[in-house]
Amino acid sequence: MVTAHPIHVALRDVTKIFQSKLGSVEALGPIDLELRQGEFFAVVGPSGCGKSTLLDIMAALTPPSSGTVTFEGRPIGNSVPDGVGVVFQENACFPWLNVADNIIFGLRRQPLDQAEIERRLQYALQLMGLNDFSRAFPAQLSGGMRQRVCIARTLVMQPRLILLDEPFGALDQQTRLLMGDELLRIWRATGATVLLITHALDEAAMLADRVAVMSARPGRILEVIETGWPRDRDSRIVSAPEFGAIAGRLWTLLRTQSLQALRPDTA
Amino acid sequence: MRVLLYRLLAVVLPVAMLEILCRSHVIPPLTLPAPSLITLGLLGILEHGTFNAAIVKTLTNVGLAIALAVTVGTIAGAALHRARTLRALLEPLFSTYYAIPIYAFYPLFIVVFGLGDAPQVTIGFMLAVVSMIVSTLAGLDSVPPVLGKTAQVLQLGPVATIRSVTLPYAAPYLFTGVKLAIAYAFIGVIGAEFIMSNTGLGYEIRFAYDNLDNAVMYPLILLILLIAVVVNMSLDHWERVLRARRERA
Repeated sequence: MVTAHPIHVALRDVTKIFQSKLGSVEALGPIDLELRQGEFFAVVGPSGCGKSTLLDIMAALTPPSSGTVTFEGRPIGNSVPDGVGVVFQENACFPWLNVADNIIFGLRRQPLDQAEIERRLQYALQLMGLNDFSRAFPAQLSGGMRQRVCIARTLVMQPRLILLDEPFGALDQQTRLLMGDELLRIWRATGATVLLITHALDEAAMLADRVAVMSARPGRILEVIETGWPRDRDSRIVSAPEFGAIAGRLWTLLRTQSLQALRPDTA
Repeated sequence: MRVLLYRLLAVVLPVAMLEILCRSHVIPPLTLPAPSLITLGLLGILEHGTFNAAIVKTLTNVGLAIALAVTVGTIAGAALHRARTLRALLEPLFSTYYAIPIYAFYPLFIVVFGLGDAPQVTIGFMLAVVSMIVSTLAGLDSVPPVLGKTAQVLQLGPVATIRSVTLPYAAPYLFTGVKLAIAYAFIGVIGAEFIMSNTGLGYEIRFAYDNLDNAVMYPLILLILLIAVVVNMSLDHWERVLRARRERA
């Protein structure tokens, strides 16, 4: 199975050390990780284990202290490579622009004609259920709707790799489940490789083809679990017995690490 | 609507009271002519164009001071936002800046810039620029880091990020800076014309005062008042439009 999917992103011996006034802090690694072309990959780990730092490194938003990251076979440099889109946990809508202008913000800086921009905008509005809100401003939208705008803004750029940094962290449980369904739909529609950083084990167990479990700081990959879900899954799988088994397995792996993150002196 | 009525009454009632006090000579005409006479005097001055040159001179100098202060202030604010050490050095100066009586330096400006318009524009600029720098810094400080990351993901360079993301986000703060800069520029330029100049509205008001010429002095004071109020109210309107778009729920 593995050989059928080419490697899309590869991390080799990646570490991150932050320098502060109190000295250096080992935040991450060393990490070796491979994302297969077109898979939905989730990363879970205790608070402060470096999940978001891992995403920042993969997006070239922050350089690794050592090691290499390759995207589509080429090492990434100091700027975000073409074909990579990122959705953050925080509200990243531009408050002075309406929904449509937020979505096409990046497209306007691409060598595209107006008809193509309009076509992609309409596709994204349709896909994200934002048709009736294209002229609304972010302040008029709920948290979930704003996050849809940010996802739409990422999608119109037609990324081949979508990095999601706890995109539903600020939403309530029902909205998260529904947004998870939408994410699966988008993933199938675009064929992109998706990396989801999350602290929610159920979210990872429901959405991902594979889930990497990270240790407490400095974050390392403890284990990668294959979920074995079919590609056309949706949130109804939470009632499947396998779902409970996967979520249980993730918690077993994470419990010690979370305790260690909570009380470092007991480590 | 009711608020508008109260606001109107807050202006109309004191003016009406003043009119009655002046007309009944409780306030002598030499101290203050009736507001209606001041208004008629202003209309006459504008109709005859007696002080058109002075009005144009003052407004040009104020405009120059504003343009310089807003441009230099925004660029300096954006640059200081990145130069943390320099900002840390200058911040105490900014916080005490308006405690400095800038007119005390007027003789120095005359020595440096001569007797033309430059000293007046310089004082207007110097009073206005710091409010613009401080507002720009406050605006840029308010930009959430996630918007900077978003700009990076959308492959915007540093200049495009400032122009298309950080400055638009900081626009309400910049607007406050512009409003203050306009007020300070008026104060600076007209104040400088009062002290040492032979042109401009400030000079004409002082000249009329020296000659007990109330028929000129009060209408010109009213003119300055009207210009300041109209400019400020227009800016207030635009600021409300700008904020409403961002904050309506």
